[in-house]
Amino acid sequence: MLVVMGLSGSGKSTLVRCLARLIDATSGSVTIEGNDIGAMTESQLIDLRRRKMGMVFQSFGLLPHRTALENVAFPLEMRGQDRVSRIARAREMLALVGLAGREGYFPRELSGGQQQRVGIARSLAVEPDIWFLDEPFSALDPLIRREMQDEFLRLKGMMAKTIVFITHDFDEAIRLADRIAIMKDGAVEQCDTPERIVMAPATDYVAKFTSAVDRSRVVHAGALVVPVEGRSVQGPAVDAGDTLHALARQLLCDMRDHIPVTAPNGAMLGLLDRAAAVDIILGPET
Amino acid sequence: MTALPGSQSGIRLDRKAVSRLLLVAAVLLLIGRNHLPAGLLRLPEAAVIPFADWINIGFAFLRDDLGLMTLTRAFADVVEFLLDITANLLYGKSRWPNLGPIPWVAIAGTAAVLGHALGGWRLAALAGGTFVWIAVMGQWKWAMETLSVIIVASPLSILLGLLLGSLAWRSKLAEQILNPLLNIAQSLPHFAYMIPVVVFIGVGPKAGAIVTIIFSVPPMIRMTLLGLRAVSPEIIESGKMSGATRWQLMTRVRLPAARTELLIGVNQVIMQSLAMVVLASFIGMPGLGQKLLQLLQALKIGLSVEIGITVVMLAIVLDRLSKAWAHQQPEHHDVGASWLARHRMLALWLVVLLAAFALSFVDPYFVEVERKQALSLAVPVDAAVNGFITLVNPVTDWLRWFLITWVLIPLRDSFLALPVASVLIGLAAVGWRIGGRRSALICLAFVLPIAMSGWWDRAMITVYMVFVSVALALMLGLPLGVLGSSRPERAGRLLLICDTLQTFPSFIYLIPVIMLFGVNDVAVVAAVVVFATVPIVRYTIEGLRNVPAETIEAAAMSGANQRQILWQVRLPLAVPTMLVGANQSVMFALFMVIIAAFIGTQDLGQEMQRALSSTDVGKGLTLGLAVAFMGLTVDHLLLTWSRNRNRELRGLNG
Ligand SMILES: Nc1ncnc2c1ncn2[C@@H]1O[C@H](COP(=O)(O)OP(=O)(O)OP(=O)(O)O)[C@@H](O)[C@H]1O
Ligand SMILES: [Mg+2]
Repeated sequence: MLVVMGLSGSGKSTLVRCLARLIDATSGSVTIEGNDIGAMTESQLIDLRRRKMGMVFQSFGLLPHRTALENVAFPLEMRGQDRVSRIARAREMLALVGLAGREGYFPRELSGGQQQRVGIARSLAVEPDIWFLDEPFSALDPLIRREMQDEFLRLKGMMAKTIVFITHDFDEAIRLADRIAIMKDGAVEQCDTPERIVMAPATDYVAKFTSAVDRSRVVHAGALVVPVEGRSVQGPAVDAGDTLHALARQLLCDMRDHIPVTAPNGAMLGLLDRAAAVDIILGPET
Repeated sequence: MTALPGSQSGIRLDRKAVSRLLLVAAVLLLIGRNHLPAGLLRLPEAAVIPFADWINIGFAFLRDDLGLMTLTRAFADVVEFLLDITANLLYGKSRWPNLGPIPWVAIAGTAAVLGHALGGWRLAALAGGTFVWIAVMGQWKWAMETLSVIIVASPLSILLGLLLGSLAWRSKLAEQILNPLLNIAQSLPHFAYMIPVVVFIGVGPKAGAIVTIIFSVPPMIRMTLLGLRAVSPEIIESGKMSGATRWQLMTRVRLPAARTELLIGVNQVIMQSLAMVVLASFIGMPGLGQKLLQLLQALKIGLSVEIGITVVMLAIVLDRLSKAWAHQQPEHHDVGASWLARHRMLALWLVVLLAAFALSFVDPYFVEVERKQALSLAVPVDAAVNGFITLVNPVTDWLRWFLITWVLIPLRDSFLALPVASVLIGLAAVGWRIGGRRSALICLAFVLPIAMSGWWDRAMITVYMVFVSVALALMLGLPLGVLGSSRPERAGRLLLICDTLQTFPSFIYLIPVIMLFGVNDVAVVAAVVVFATVPIVRYTIEGLRNVPAETIEAAAMSGANQRQILWQVRLPLAVPTMLVGANQSVMFALFMVIIAAFIGTQDLGQEMQRALSSTDVGKGLTLGLAVAFMGLTVDHLLLTWSRNRNRELRGLNG
């Protein structure tokens, strides 16, 4: 799962449109399972989209003259699936995104969040292997957004896929991302794990972009491990997978200089430098 | 930023100077007209180009050598076949499928159910009531003759419009070719369409239907293009990502998503069809129009008022129904709703039909209203009109005398006295002032051919009638618009009236003026004035209403009183919109002057009528194009002015 970030106009939408070949890239190529999609004929491309791709649009892109159910069934209709099975499948997808009972509503009769869910259901109807989401939650208020993120994580857990997710919101990116790509002026500045983006920015721009981020929420205890090198190992250990934010209270109260860190399986990884961790939580001393 | 205003004012000074220079030249030519060589007063014979002959040669070639005749006749046969079916069903003309006539109660009931489905019980009452009125007044056959043409012509011209509109949308070249053609087509007067159709098809209902199809296509092309352009790109991309092929994308995504625009196009097609089908009586189209024409020519006011009411009600019903359809939004049914609940209108319709057919078995009155059973308002209307006329006669007589002797004749003579050179240069001056050299050249390109066509005097008479009418319309419409916009509810009501008046076929306006003034120039001018006032009132209200509230509040805070706000703030800001209204007013006036020709004018319209009766395509089209070019000149000038003014104002607002 890749999250793409960048300022407005930095080319995020353009990037996923190139990946889906909604627009042709002027240079470079996109390969899917070894096939260059830039070289595909129109019918091959249509076939690929019908079987493998799903996309959620920034402003929904729902067909205004179709009900929620018919919108979700649209991709199935395009590939010629029979009516009964596509309606059944669409019902199932709508139930999955929590819109059971709203099948007969028209987009105009649904709230923004509900419309977006219809968009998500539609993009999932064909069980895509590649899933593009262009700022799917940006039009929502914080509460619903949080809800949708949880739902998204649930869906993501249910179907393992290649996901490209665009967002403006760093917190959202951290919650969801395996890797984050930061874009500027149409080019990717850095593409890395959230932790490394924050801790080891490749360029000044990335550093500036992430400067306001609360590091303690990104950095895990495992990232600050130093070798034991003869120091005493005593007392209870912390989990390498926990973020410093989650450990903050414990770290601030603990009096040890070095705290042992264990992997989830219980193996000893090394020691956590408490001073360094506190610097990250509270900011460096001035 | 600093250089820009300087250079702009430089251009403007330059424009002013050039335009003033040209104007002085035009005035000098006018003053010295007695000493001018004849070639400057009117173009010399040698400069007159026989456009008409050229067009006739072209048409003869199309007809005889290219065999276009067979093609048009084949198309006409298809149209005739469709017309026969509707004629049989609607009023029982003895043609295949020989099922009709459908009882009028069934049709009225269907109209009412349709009205109910689209716009609630009020529309139902209006639609049903209109058909009941038509039936009981004994006008069923005429109205159905008219309606059957609309029923056949509208779908065909919608289809044609969709095709051409999609073509223009897909190919830049097609758009570039279509655009100027549409501009000319929409400013050609109705009669100009009729003459070629008479040549290719002849006269009668099918010619009426075909001229209606041709006349009503342009707005559909425009709206199709507009609608397809306006579909949001994300909707199209979502269609593409769903794996739609091009055809699927067009039929299931683009066209449905452009629904509202397309249906507004449908509304315009229907209204244009109605306007045309009424006028097509001039080429032997039977129906309401023909009846109205005969009655008007015989000065039977009461009977023509009856028909006029029918035409007006039909126009309102068709307009409201199609507009309601365009603005209808889909709505969901509750889960588990029964068949009856989901198909309420269908069920209602079936019940109404059943009742209607039952009624028609009980009494043949409900199948067809016999001539002697029909009601008539003619006697009381005639009495009332006579009473009214004796009452106002002194006023109208005086008005007629005053207008003719002191306004119309002197103005006409002075328009005719203008030397051609003076008019051309004066027009160039106006063009230069408004849009620089480009506009000046455009004006000349439009007007010079009129001078060279040899119809200059006739054209000047048309110009003078339009000029007088629009001037009077401005005098009436501007105060009315200003008054109307002062309170929101009043503005709303006036706008509704204007909208309704605009849906009436222009022919209708002739009834009251003939009633008041008889058959002469004053009647024509009066009809044109009424017709041309409507857009002025409308756009004045819109312009005044759309001035931002903040601007008005700012002026009020600066201590301006209502009067000052009106004159210093609202009117200047409304000028661009009002110019658009003036432009529409001129277009309406031109069309109306031409239509009114059958009352007896001496302008281009009169000549066009002659060309129509002698089926002289070349002459007819030349005259039609002359009218279109006059319209396009005004259109260009006023719209450029409005656009520039708008830009300046927006620049001022920052
Ligand atoms: N690599 C590129 N090459 C050429 N043009 C580009 C490139 N990247 C972006 N653009 C141009 O920049 C404009 C904005 O790009 P885009 O819509 O992708 O921005 P965005 O990051 O999605 O912004 P937003 O956050 O507002 O949605 C587009 O018009 C696009 O054509
Ligand atoms: Mg974007």
